[in-house]
Amino acid sequence: MAAASYHTPRLLPALALLSLGALLAVALSVSTGSVAISTAELWAVLQGEGDPLHHTLIFDLRLPRSLAAFATGGLLAVAGALMQVLLRNPLADPYVLGLSGGAAVGALSAMLLGLGSAAVSGSAFIGAIVSAITVFGLAHGTGSWTPTRLLLTGVVIAAGWGAVVTFMLAIAPTESLPGMLFWLMGDLAYARSPWPALTTLLALSLLLLPLGRSLNAMARGPLQAAALGVAVKPMEWSIYIAASLLTALAVTTAGSIGFVGLVVPHMLRLILGNDQRLILPACALAGGALLTLADTLARTIIAPEQLPVGVITALLGVPTFLLLLYRSR
Amino acid sequence: MSEVLLQAAQLCIDVPGRSDGSELNFAIQRGEVWGVLGPNGAGKTTLLHTLAGLRKPRKGSVYLAGSAIQRLRRRQIAQQMAVVFQERSDSFPATVMESVMIGRHPFLSAWDMESAEDLEIARAALARMELSGMEQRLVSSLSGGEKQRLAIATAMTQQADIWLADEPGNHLDLHHQVAVMSMMREQAAQGNAVLLCLHDINLAARYCDQLLLLYPDGNACWGDASIMLQAPALEKLYRQPLTVLEDQGQRVFIPRTQRHTGNEN
Repeated sequence: MAAASYHTPRLLPALALLSLGALLAVALSVSTGSVAISTAELWAVLQGEGDPLHHTLIFDLRLPRSLAAFATGGLLAVAGALMQVLLRNPLADPYVLGLSGGAAVGALSAMLLGLGSAAVSGSAFIGAIVSAITVFGLAHGTGSWTPTRLLLTGVVIAAGWGAVVTFMLAIAPTESLPGMLFWLMGDLAYARSPWPALTTLLALSLLLLPLGRSLNAMARGPLQAAALGVAVKPMEWSIYIAASLLTALAVTTAGSIGFVGLVVPHMLRLILGNDQRLILPACALAGGALLTLADTLARTIIAPEQLPVGVITALLGVPTFLLLLYRSR
Repeated sequence: MSEVLLQAAQLCIDVPGRSDGSELNFAIQRGEVWGVLGPNGAGKTTLLHTLAGLRKPRKGSVYLAGSAIQRLRRRQIAQQMAVVFQERSDSFPATVMESVMIGRHPFLSAWDMESAEDLEIARAALARMELSGMEQRLVSSLSGGEKQRLAIATAMTQQADIWLADEPGNHLDLHHQVAVMSMMREQAAQGNAVLLCLHDINLAARYCDQLLLLYPDGNACWGDASIMLQAPALEKLYRQPLTVLEDQGQRVFIPRTQRHTGNEN
């Protein structure tokens, strides 16, 4: 095979294509809704001209939500990819360590107490971080942690959170139930400002970029990675903290949206291979685009009613993923 | 070429539940091939990991080119030392080329992409291990022997001064066992040094200059291969009677089995 047989030449075209896709997804998302906006009108508004009503609609209503969806999807996909490398387990997802359960308990407690959406977000974030710390502390135990131990601890803690969530749903007054259920299935209507999630996504993606090759070495196991010159312990800590932070922010922005963190990294690996230098930024773009599209569908399919976006991500993701898996070598 | 590359000083490897045994004091010099022989569970792999700085010794120290190995950063170690492990995990799909290129990791800074030169080094290593033409194959689709050769090719791309290889002949057919062992001898001839954990006494006899015999109780002895290769010592090491044959000045060891009485008469 020719010199192009190695993968690095794929990096820029792949990322350029994904960026274009992401841009189109956001454009589609801001043009779709109760008032449809044509491409020409959208272009006019972006130029600072056009209908002032359209201007308000796009910049004050739709764009923040689209960007929040994009950031959440990107955060989840990157966090999933990181967790899979850290645990060397393809089944790992951002929630595998009970982060979503912790966040759910936090958010639902705030809802039960009748607090506002800022408090819901805040306590969801605290819940997620508490869960991450608990799982890591317990998995560490008296010896050193192994992926299996971390995974088992996470699964058990998640089950515990699940029980608490069910309990809260059982005692909750009927009128707050729909809100709680929507939160649990993921709902971008809760998204307040997209900026914390978006800036974190951008910052962490840039920070992770130079670690890509070390992550490739980590995917071969800690001994191999150490023999190849990776400082394994600090690396594991950074991955764990980064993934927890990403997930906590995603859950805080939009509730626990399933599927993105598991499926997007795998889809991209099936198409692009497993070079983390390509996969991590690709996850940020593709995860973001997927969730933006899913959210657009969620708010338009049965408009004016809205569906939880988690339903759409699963309905879109399951067949796509199965098709790719079926056709892969 | 009598420069010491790797040295064990008052070293006791940490095998849980075992007494300290003998302290290891040896120095591996440029141009030497060392073999470690011992029965299952004697601690060959533990010794190799300890020498690679991947495992804390119970006592003593390991020096890599004069520096205490626990003082060095992993990256500095990886620039001088290549390790071939006995077990490998491949949880994620990767191609042969992606896999072999990771050996260049210690030499590239965080922002570097692999250069054409790195690609050339990787290609040469694949060719040397007779894996040319398989660059785009998935590692998971390779046979056991091909995976083993890929691991050795990956270590070759590190262009290390010292090699530590745990059973490099595992899964290999006779032709490739000889090819791998000849490659190790070439490394030594180029002024590098090699330490191999081996199961096959005859490979050790044929290719090693120095041998270290590791007993299950933690005792050990080491020295010139010609001195160490005595049937009584090896029989005691493996608790296995041996027949010794001579072929062109080369000693060959064959396990002697208990005859089944009855049929033989």
